[in-house]
Amino acid sequence: MIKSRIFIYFTLAEVLILSAMVVYGQTVRFARGVDEVRQKRELVGRLGLTDFSIWTEARYTRHPSQADFFSPFQDNPAALDHFPAGSVIAPPFDLAGKRP
Amino acid sequence: MIHHLKIIEYAISSLLRRKYKSLAIVVAFAVTVAALASVLLLSNALRIEAAAVLQAAPDLIVQRTLAGRHELIPVTYAETIRDIRGVGGATPRYWGYYYDALTEANYTLMGTGGEAGLLALLEGRLPADNTECAVGAGVADLRGSADSGELILVNSRNMGVLYDVSGIFTAESSLLTNDLIVLTDTAVQDFFGFPPGLATDIALTVRNSNEVQTVAAKIKKIFPETRPITRQELIRTYDMAFNWRSGMMLTVFCAAIIAFCIMAWDKATGISAEEKQEIGVLKAVGWDTSDVLVLKFWEGMVIALTAFLLGIIIGFVHVFLFDAFILAAVIKGWSVLFPNFDLTPQLNLFHLFIMGFLTIVPYVACTVFPSWKTAITDPETAMRG
Repeated sequence: MIKSRIFIYFTLAEVLILSAMVVYGQTVRFARGVDEVRQKRELVGRLGLTDFSIWTEARYTRHPSQADFFSPFQDNPAALDHFPAGSVIAPPFDLAGKRP
Repeated sequence: MIHHLKIIEYAISSLLRRKYKSLAIVVAFAVTVAALASVLLLSNALRIEAAAVLQAAPDLIVQRTLAGRHELIPVTYAETIRDIRGVGGATPRYWGYYYDALTEANYTLMGTGGEAGLLALLEGRLPADNTECAVGAGVADLRGSADSGELILVNSRNMGVLYDVSGIFTAESSLLTNDLIVLTDTAVQDFFGFPPGLATDIALTVRNSNEVQTVAAKIKKIFPETRPITRQELIRTYDMAFNWRSGMMLTVFCAAIIAFCIMAWDKATGISAEEKQEIGVLKAVGWDTSDVLVLKFWEGMVIALTAFLLGIIIGFVHVFLFDAFILAAVIKGWSVLFPNFDLTPQLNLFHLFIMGFLTIVPYVACTVFPSWKTAITDPETAMRG
């Protein structure tokens, strides 16, 4: 039963790699954890940062939390969002009125 | 146990007889899972990062809106707001955007808010006077500020302004500072030509976090044209942007599910004449229907489990060891400056279980079900195809 053993060993190897990744993740989180998060919080706190600088193409994608309600349609009512990053961010939580 | 091992042995032999087809399915399955895993891991890590880091953001930010748009806010509002019970401090913030025609990139210019000195994630120090600036790693790379130690920007009066670079934010902070240029408050006011007495918005500290909503309601009552944004709302924005219903997740998720459905549908709509003959022969030589079903279960399981685990490993390596370079190209959009995702690895067992349930179970079911239909027919009919 060589083939079935190879399959079992291969699957075990994959599970081991996956477990190693979980352990690696925990180790990195532990190593960075306290220090890096504290340093980033210091940065955010002292400069008053509110958003990630992921999408810099438009103001409402650079600062999604600060954008006014109509920013994606900024040029005129019903103007379609023409920035690709606009499609990455979810629409309002609930069109009935609840929104972050 | 031995019975199952023997069936697995036979199942693998059977798959190896159709090795190219089996390999193609494993590759397609693994790529689908890897795409799903990459998006899930990246968005989950960004969500966790946002929740951890933005805890230090201002308790409340007060914007002024005019005709539904963000407008500059009078600094005098801060004085009135400071008198509200529970408000610890109200600081006007000066910031804005700058389009650099030279590099075709957008930068965020921000005032220090009176902060000066050193920061752990800043090589150098914050600007001490109006001739200095601190820049993000992305800006420094794009403009070569690390070598020259200088940065020239064109102000609102179309005049070139030369700043000495007093500090460069480290690459670890790129997610927050990549496009940032930090100046003193007066330098920002002068650069953009802010009218006197106006600021971009006002950042508040509230003594008791339970009172943030009450303070926000009071501000809204005193200044109806303002829009208070709480810290919880900032965090919720990122929670929403990176949850599974976000555009990014939904797009990749739908594409992956459609690809997977096509594969599963191909399986479920019937098995090949060769496979039917194989089942007929097995039945003719004495296999039970249950044995045939166990065989087909293991055939499906060998492919699905191998490909699923491979896909998850590829997704993890792609996101956390290679900074999601393929996905980054997709979500980058038109951003000229795009940060490196130096994210803390997170592998959520719940997500693993969900992905496994959504991919392995349907695939195995699609393998077993058509075989069951063949296995319960007469072996002779099955052998004739």
